Amino acid sequence: MGMRIADFAYEVKEGLAISFQAIRANKMRSVLTTLGIVIGIVSVTLMGTAIEGLSRGFNDSISKLGADVLYVQKWPWFGGDEWWKYRNRKEVKYPEYKAIERQATLVKASTPTVGTSAPIKYKDRSSEGVYTIGANEQYVETSGVLMQEGRFFSQAESDGGRPVCVLGSDVVDNLFPNETPIGKTIRIGTSTFRVIGVIEKQGSFLGLFSLDDRIVIPIQAFFQHFGSQHGLQISVKAADIKNLDDTKEELRGILRKARHVPPKAEDDFAINQQEMFVQTFNAIGAVVAGIGLFITALSLFVGAIGIMNIMFVSVTERTKEIGIRKAIGAKRSTVLLQFLIESASLSLIGGLIGIIISYPLSLLLNQILPTSMPISVIAVAILISIVVGVVSGFLPANRASKLDPVEALRYE
Amino acid sequence: MNVIHIKNISKTYVMGEEQVHALQDVSIDINRGEYVAIMGPSGSGKSTLMNILGCLDTPSTGLYEFNGVNVSEMNDNELAKIRNKEIGFVFQTFNLIPRSDALHNVELPLIYGGVNAHERKRLAAESLQHVSLGDRMHHRPNELSGGQRQRVAIARALVTKPSIILADEPTGNLDTKTGDEIMALLEELNHNGNTIILVTHEEYIAEHANRIIRVRDGRVERDENVTRKIVASIA
Repeated sequence: MGMRIADFAYEVKEGLAISFQAIRANKMRSVLTTLGIVIGIVSVTLMGTAIEGLSRGFNDSISKLGADVLYVQKWPWFGGDEWWKYRNRKEVKYPEYKAIERQATLVKASTPTVGTSAPIKYKDRSSEGVYTIGANEQYVETSGVLMQEGRFFSQAESDGGRPVCVLGSDVVDNLFPNETPIGKTIRIGTSTFRVIGVIEKQGSFLGLFSLDDRIVIPIQAFFQHFGSQHGLQISVKAADIKNLDDTKEELRGILRKARHVPPKAEDDFAINQQEMFVQTFNAIGAVVAGIGLFITALSLFVGAIGIMNIMFVSVTERTKEIGIRKAIGAKRSTVLLQFLIESASLSLIGGLIGIIISYPLSLLLNQILPTSMPISVIAVAILISIVVGVVSGFLPANRASKLDPVEALRYE
Repeated sequence: MNVIHIKNISKTYVMGEEQVHALQDVSIDINRGEYVAIMGPSGSGKSTLMNILGCLDTPSTGLYEFNGVNVSEMNDNELAKIRNKEIGFVFQTFNLIPRSDALHNVELPLIYGGVNAHERKRLAAESLQHVSLGDRMHHRPNELSGGQRQRVAIARALVTKPSIILADEPTGNLDTKTGDEIMALLEELNHNGNTIILVTHEEYIAEHANRIIRVRDGRVERDENVTRKIVASIA
């Protein structure tokens, strides 16, 4: 048995040597042949990298939403095509929040939030279009943010509409590059607020916008200074994530009553949750993966046919050589192995070229998505190219292995 | 003991509707150490006979025993093993692998025989030295003369220490002087105990052997011992 493994090792080594001689002897032809594999591997690695990046970005972002938080809004996140129906709905209003606060039993924390874009200023430094959110003290819990410095505002400050604010880390970077912001007074729009805390850096949402370029102020202060309830939403954190559906039902009941929805009519509001993002993302992910898989499979198929074709040519060209090898003792399996190794090597070269090409492309992709080419994708690409090589080389190799030595030796 | 014992073998090819009897009822015994020439005009069946003797092909009917082992019904892999271990081929067109150097060409039967790399290189180098090509080991076939190529082929045939050396028109592609050198080399090998079967259609080449089997129309026409022609020198 040990001997037979050694035999196999010699044959593999010889097969590799023959392959590289043969490929070197036909460089141009070999490279052209691998083109289909190159394209296939480029698409497989980029697709893998993109999907990896999408889910990483998505998971980073979605975890900021919190799985146990419900969002009462006018618009559903993924409403399909009935937008006109949602457009005519009444806005969600502050009294509805009060109803939830009073009546809900399955809720751990809840806050109304409303936002606007405002210019801010500290001494001679200023920042345009900072997202200013009005919320109550429970915002810390519903949004899951952590304080980096100072503290969040209290219930008393919230209810009293005190002119205090909590800053996101981008705002701090812009306005207070060299000093601590705590205790300083800044101007938001036309009003002044005292900074009492800084929120820890959160990053961006789906790589689209920063979650740190924002300011949180008490909601009553927001109403006083910015006046608008437009776009108000209510964030509700369930007491127990296991009861999320019950919590949602309870909210529905409270809201229908507060908004005077007739018994048989549809809800005129939406209760959104992270789950909807996950579902939609998975659906998009499946489509992207499906398209990617199709393109990849198609180009690999074309590549496989190219390799099969060139291997048939190679077998025919080397009929005499096969005859010689058989005459001096190469078995069928030896010849089969030799040509399989050759087609696998050819395909592997294509795969490696593909990986080399897609690496800089993945760096480009990294500009859009938080991703880098994962090692697993490279390993899969290498494996795929070897498998494609072996599969496409099988018919030609089989033909070579079955050549009659007498006929093959006579071939000129 | 006989190296080769064939009894009543026939080989029939079907070509379209027609049956071609390439060999009919041929019986031959060859002893160890013999130097046999098989002669015949083209179409006589001598190539078919050579292919069967070389285990490249099997007879349609009849018995072929090689070293006492019945090879007439062996499968491809078993035949490949016999060819690898027991038969050294020398062809008219040398049949070396063009992209490999002399050493690798000679190593090849040992690779297929599962001999380890170190031993392989040693045996192949030794075999090349035996045919006076110790200084050409890393030359490729296209860097060698015809005579040198044929000597590489002989080194390859010898390297496994086979039971027989089967030479098919070994001088057919060489000029007379180089051909004589190759014949002298074969003679020396026979002198050292190797069994040699030479296939040729040229009388003066066959005269190097000590037994001539003449084939015609698929049958053995004559099988006779001859007095060996004296070769003057070895190159």
